[in-house]
Amino acid sequence: MLSIALKMLTGNRGKYFAIVSSLAFTSFVMTQQPATFMGIMARTYSFLTDTGRVDLWVMDPKVQFVDDIKPMQDTKLYAVRGVEGVEWAVPLYKGSIRARLDNGTFQNCVLVGLDDASLIGGPARMVEGQLADLRRSESIIVDIDGATNRLARTVNGERVPLAVGDVVELNDHRATVVGLSQASASFQSLPIVYTTYSRAKAFVPAERKLLSFILVKLRPGEDAHAVAQRIRATTGLAAYTWDEFRNLTLHYFLKNTGILINFGLSITLAFLIGAAIAGQTFYAFTLENLRHFGVLKALGAGNWTLAWMVLLQAVVAGGTGYGLGASAVALFSNFVIGANFRFLLIWQIPAAVLAMVLLVCVTTALLSIRRVVRLEPAVVFKS
Amino acid sequence: MIESDKSGQGNEPAVHCRGVTRSFGSGEARVMALRGIDLDVRHGELMMLVGPSGCGKTTLISVIAAILDADGGECRVLGEDLGRMRQAAKTAFRRRHIGFVFQSYNLVPALSAAENVAVPLLIRGEREKPAQAAAVRVLEQVGLAERARAMPDQLSGGQQQRVAIARALVHAPDLIVCDEPTSALDHRTGHALMQLMRSIVMENGRSLIIVTHDARIFEFADRIAEMDDGRIVAIGAPEQVHAAVPPAVPVPAPEASRSGGTAA
Repeated sequence: MLSIALKMLTGNRGKYFAIVSSLAFTSFVMTQQPATFMGIMARTYSFLTDTGRVDLWVMDPKVQFVDDIKPMQDTKLYAVRGVEGVEWAVPLYKGSIRARLDNGTFQNCVLVGLDDASLIGGPARMVEGQLADLRRSESIIVDIDGATNRLARTVNGERVPLAVGDVVELNDHRATVVGLSQASASFQSLPIVYTTYSRAKAFVPAERKLLSFILVKLRPGEDAHAVAQRIRATTGLAAYTWDEFRNLTLHYFLKNTGILINFGLSITLAFLIGAAIAGQTFYAFTLENLRHFGVLKALGAGNWTLAWMVLLQAVVAGGTGYGLGASAVALFSNFVIGANFRFLLIWQIPAAVLAMVLLVCVTTALLSIRRVVRLEPAVVFKS
Repeated sequence: MIESDKSGQGNEPAVHCRGVTRSFGSGEARVMALRGIDLDVRHGELMMLVGPSGCGKTTLISVIAAILDADGGECRVLGEDLGRMRQAAKTAFRRRHIGFVFQSYNLVPALSAAENVAVPLLIRGEREKPAQAAAVRVLEQVGLAERARAMPDQLSGGQQQRVAIARALVHAPDLIVCDEPTSALDHRTGHALMQLMRSIVMENGRSLIIVTHDARIFEFADRIAEMDDGRIVAIGAPEQVHAAVPPAVPVPAPEASRSGGTAA
C-alpha cells in the first residue's frame, strides 16, 4: 500500500513539483538566512579568531566589544604580569591608520601591533613571507584581501595588488610589505596591517595611552576565571576568556544593531510563507485525492493504512524538498562565498531546518489524515 | 484469481434485508432515503435495482455493501448481520467479500491498469509481485492483458470499466455491487460489458447487484427490483417488472442461475 501512496504522490508530476519546490524554497531560505546571519556575526569577532586563543584577554573595563578600543597605559602590562597565576602577558595594539595610495587617495586600515619579542597575536596563516619578517625595519604584513582590493594600485588602467617588497605610506611613515597573510573577513572589511607593537606606536599619532589589549598566558593548572577575577581585583581591568570576549562582542551587536530582529524577521517570514505554501499545496493534493482514498476505504483499506499512506507522502515530499533546498544552499555557498560574503553553516542549522520542514509536513499530514479518517466510503458512489 | 471464502452460503440468501431504513439530515430537512426495505438476493443471482433518481437505489447498495450504516431494520449479507458489526469489522468484511464497480470507474490515475486491479489484493496484505501477476490474469479474462501497463487516461471508457470489473473480481468476492456500470458507455460497449459480467463475474455462485437506469441491459438480470421513494414497489423477472424491456440477447450464463426468482 505504501508503494501506491508513493505512486499517488509522484503520479501527478505538476502537483508533486509544486509541493517539492515550495518545500525546497522554504528549506533553502531557512538554511541560507541563518547561515548568512551566522557568517555576519562571525565577522564581528574575526579579529579574535585571527589572533588565536590565548588564555585571557585583558582590557579596559568599559570595553563593550572587540573593536571598541579604550586604550590603557603601558604600565598596566606590568601590573598584569605581577598577578598570581599569570605565566606571561604581552601587549597588543589595535587601532586604525590611514594608508596613502598611489593615486593620492587614502584608505583606512586596521593596524595591529604585536609584541616585539614574541609576535604573539600575529596572523595564523601566511600566504607569502613569514611572521618573523616583521623584525625587519619598517616592515608590515598586509592581509591578502586588503592587498588585492582596497590597497591595490592602478597601473596603466589595471589594478595591481600590493605585493611583498612594495612600499606604502602609513600616516606619513614609510612601511615595506614583507608578507601577506590570510585573515578572516572583518565586519568593516578594512585591510588589516600587522606590525610590531613599538612600530605601531611610532606609526600612530603620539598619545599617552596606546595599549589596546593585554594577552595573557596562565601558568599550568591555573583556573582562567580565578585568574581573571584576580586581575580585576588587583588592576581594575577587565579580563575575559576567548569565549567570554566573543560572547561580549556578539551580545553587543545583537543588542545594538537590530541585526537579530532583521534576520529573525526574514527567517520567520520565510518559514511562514514556505510553510503556508507547502502546507496548502500538500493539503490541496490530499483533498484532490480524497475520492481515491474513499475508493481504497470502500475496498477495505483501514484508517491506519490510509493514515500511514498520507504520512509517508508528506515525509517523502518533505524529505525531497529539504534535500533539494539543502543542495541548493550548498551550491549557493560555493558560488557566492568569498571575502564580501561570509556564510557560516554550522550543523545545527540544517538539522533545525529539517526538523521544521518535517514538522510542517507532519502537521499538514495530520490535517489531511483527519479528513481521510472522517471520509465516508459511500462517497465513491457519488458521481 | 484468488479463491474466495464462501461464508454464509447455506440456505440463507446472499443478501437478506428486512425493514431497512435510512435517513439523511435532521429536523425539517430530514429525508427518508429507505423506508423499510425487504429484499433477498440469492447466491449466484444478478439483481438489478431500478427506479427514478433519488429513489434510494444507491443508498440501498451502500448499506448492503457495508459502506453506509442503516438506521433500522435487519441487513444480513453473506450470513453476517451488518447492524451488529463495528466499523473495523465492516472494513474487513468489505476487504474479504465485496467487489465494487462504479459509474465513474474510480481508477487511481497514477496507477497502471494492472496496478489498479491489484489494489484489493494489496489491501489484503498480498505482496506486490504476486498481486500484479494475479491482476494480469484477471485482465486477461476481461480481454485487457495487452493493456496491463496502460495508465487510465490511455484507456477508453469501456476499457476503464473493464479494468474496474477486473478490480472487483481479483480478490474473488462473494458479492459484487455495481453502480450504473454502463451509463457512461455506448450501447454496443454496454452490452459487451454486461455479457462479460454474466460470463465471468457470475461464475462460482457469486451474486451481483446492479443499480441502473439503463433499460437496454435489463435483459441480463435474473430479477429486477423497482424502487420508488425509498421503497421496493415491484420485484420479479425483467419482463414482469418492466414492460419495456428490449428484446432478449443470448446470455451465456447457466440457465439454472436465472430460474426460480425469490420474492422479497
